[in-house]
Amino acid sequence: MITAASVLAAEDNNPLVPHPYELVVGIFSFVVVLIVVGKILTPRIQKTLQERTDAIEGGLLRAEQAQEEARQTLEQYKAQQKDGQLEASKLRKKAEEQGAQIIAEMKEQAQAEARRIIEAAKAQIEAERQQALQSLRTEIGAMSVELAGRVVGESLEDSARQSRVVDRFLEELEERARTQEQITS
Amino acid sequence: MNALTVLASGGKEFEAPGPELFDFPPLFAGGPAWLTKPVFFAVFGTLVVCAFCWSAFANPKLVPRGIQNVGEVGYVFVRDQIGRPFLGKNTEQWMPMLLSLFFLIWTWNIFSVIPIIQFPIASHIAFPVVLALSVYFIKVYLGIKHQGLKYFTDMIPKGLPKPIYVLLVPIEYLSTFILAPFTHAVRLFANMFAGHMILAFFSLVGFWFLFEKPTPLGFGVGIIGVIMTCVMTAFEMFIQFLQAFLFTMLAAMYIQSGLHADH
Repeated sequence: MITAASVLAAEDNNPLVPHPYELVVGIFSFVVVLIVVGKILTPRIQKTLQERTDAIEGGLLRAEQAQEEARQTLEQYKAQQKDGQLEASKLRKKAEEQGAQIIAEMKEQAQAEARRIIEAAKAQIEAERQQALQSLRTEIGAMSVELAGRVVGESLEDSARQSRVVDRFLEELEERARTQEQITS
Repeated sequence: MNALTVLASGGKEFEAPGPELFDFPPLFAGGPAWLTKPVFFAVFGTLVVCAFCWSAFANPKLVPRGIQNVGEVGYVFVRDQIGRPFLGKNTEQWMPMLLSLFFLIWTWNIFSVIPIIQFPIASHIAFPVVLALSVYFIKVYLGIKHQGLKYFTDMIPKGLPKPIYVLLVPIEYLSTFILAPFTHAVRLFANMFAGHMILAFFSLVGFWFLFEKPTPLGFGVGIIGVIMTCVMTAFEMFIQFLQAFLFTMLAAMYIQSGLHADH
């Protein structure tokens, strides 16, 4: 009797046969979790994770872009520097050439000037010489007359005196010539 | 045999616990017959899952703090270990379903080792049946929606000798439409059922031989019972997680088989 009753009881509660009310509660529980966790909350965390991924990827992308920009700028600067150096060396070369040219020109000019001055000086000297000759020519006549007069006036008694007179005259002439030279120069 | 036989023998001898472990009277005397301990804690587990997920995911931050970190570990685990290997690019779309299944089953399973509750909800077959049938209906619905009638022909491998099909076609249909949902539910149920029985057995051994009928001879047995209870509790915690993982993984697999033909 007891065994039969217990077997019956066990059959009543066969663990493989679901209780109808537990099926209802199970459906209810699952639906509630599906709505709250699945429908409401999962999209939120999905959105956040997506945003996080975007943020990280966006940050990486921005960093990459910045790096690229920096690289380009650096290259630009390098190119500019190179250009600048080239330009500078070109200018230096040009300046050197110009300087040499200027120096040569100046030298030539100076030489020309010097030549011109020399020419002018020569011409002046020639002119002065001519002038001196001219005046000498006129003076020499007068002086010859004067000398002759003196010679005649002095009596030509002795030759010593004569030679003295001639010497003195010549000295005077030299003196005159010196003073004239001083004046002209 | 058990409860009654224990009574019949006057409680003199040790009697291993049997299926009566899973029978519960109404929660309180005079209460409705349906409001039993498993029902109460099934609903309680639902609330726990909802509360946990709410505190983790209701207001998610780009830089996670506190409980959101824990929730995200769960989410990423389900997504990377269950969703993506089976569903691929459809993962995001089915994550609500998979996450709900995983969290609900795991929470129900964990109740097995929580003091006072100490009952795995899934050891009452109604709960796994509900979940497995839901997945089953979704699978068949998706199969017909995405593949039409080819859903029923594509699941049969082609290019085999004709006589083989006499055998193969019934087996294939049987396995896909009857055995799959059945084993899906029973696997979870049986694991939780057996686990609870084992824990009950060893703790009863300890309790019986150390407190109810302490004898010099039985003392060692009682100690072994206590040690085994601890060991099996740890093992059960692993099984609880594993079964939740497996159930959800199979759900993902079935959903994928509805979306695309296997062969």
